[in-house]
Amino acid sequence: MTAPTGPTAPTGTDGRDAARLREALATVHDPEIRVLTIEELGILRQVDITPDGRAHITITPTYLGCPAMDTIRADIRAAARAAGYPQATIDTTWSPPWTTRWIGAAARDKLRAAGIAPPAPAPPPGARLLPLAATAPRCPLCGAADTTELTRFGSTACKALWRCGTCGEPFDHVKEH
Amino acid sequence: MTAPRTTPATAPAYPLRLGDDALIAAQRLLQWCARAPQLEEDVALANICLDLLGQARALLTHAGELEGRGRDEDTLAFLRTEQEFTHVQLVELDNGDFAVSMAKLLFFTTYQELLYGRLAASTDPALAALAAKAVKESAYHTGHAAAWTVRLGDGTEESHHRMQHAVDTIWPYTHALFTPDALDRAAAANGTGIDPATLRPLWHERITRTLKEATLTVPDDGWAPGGGRQGIHTEAFGYLLTEMQALHRAHPGARW
Repeated sequence: MTAPTGPTAPTGTDGRDAARLREALATVHDPEIRVLTIEELGILRQVDITPDGRAHITITPTYLGCPAMDTIRADIRAAARAAGYPQATIDTTWSPPWTTRWIGAAARDKLRAAGIAPPAPAPPPGARLLPLAATAPRCPLCGAADTTELTRFGSTACKALWRCGTCGEPFDHVKEH
Repeated sequence: MTAPRTTPATAPAYPLRLGDDALIAAQRLLQWCARAPQLEEDVALANICLDLLGQARALLTHAGELEGRGRDEDTLAFLRTEQEFTHVQLVELDNGDFAVSMAKLLFFTTYQELLYGRLAASTDPALAALAAKAVKESAYHTGHAAAWTVRLGDGTEESHHRMQHAVDTIWPYTHALFTPDALDRAAAANGTGIDPATLRPLWHERITRTLKEATLTVPDDGWAPGGGRQGIHTEAFGYLLTEMQALHRAHPGARW
């Protein structure tokens, strides 16, 4: 098993088949952040076709206890079946650990457009979280900077709940991780 | 994944005890679900339980695979008896009032954060990967528990009194987290694990900083109950385990 550090080129006996399958799997949406796909979130790590023509898919969950993983696995199986691979195997790898740095610029724009503040760029190495003092995201609705954290543990494991001081609206914020 | 031959073997009991710590901490903490003082706190505690449960699942699965006897996470969680669990007694203690629960959470997750930080360099690649993931989750847990400790300790006369009482009550049970046995020493010697005693100075420093900020007194070290690692548990654990296993034992293999 390889340990990819970012989106990787497909490998396997036939790179084009793997690339086509990857395109099909890249349409699977995250069940909790529906505006993003598992590809955009960085959950989909590797797609291979084995020598005997079976799909071998590697994923990295966002959190150890992410309750969406069973749904994501089922959705991947369904997408692989629809793409002509009824016998897909799905491996879970924790290394390298998932990080919000894998969410690209286009995906961050999609989050913002959906009213969800994207995670801030990577913190400097060695930086530690201080109690109730995280980096303040801008309001995704009106763009204002005066925002307040309401609770660090929001509607899903990966989100915190914030409120804008200018427009007064509450909003979700994907936590830096 | 097949480990290279040069990698020392991880004793299955090592990830099993770490998984038991996380599992029982999750099971106990989730008793706050739908009972927390505010909705946001209810959601926060449920989120923390979910993280702890996720850590437990990964650690128990790894232990079962290392053991090679076909025991998966469910078998290990639901079909072992009381004395086969090797978590420290700290995590099984009753939740008490909210202050006691926060003291337990602060002491335990600070230990976990330091532990996982070091285990990220384990010679066992699976354990190292899990730890590197879990340490980021633990940072959120310790931040949450520390914030409540400060708010209650530096709050009203009543909240200060109850937070101090909680710290004093739970303190003796923290010693077992840092007391190595033969398994810890062997894991530290071959690089798969660490000697928990080496975590205590930094743990004590961080806890002291939080308690001082909370205007609380750091308890003296005295009574140090132990035995959890050897399967000796308090009365509270039997009730918790019975509730946790009842469904699985009544309906083996039940699925939603």
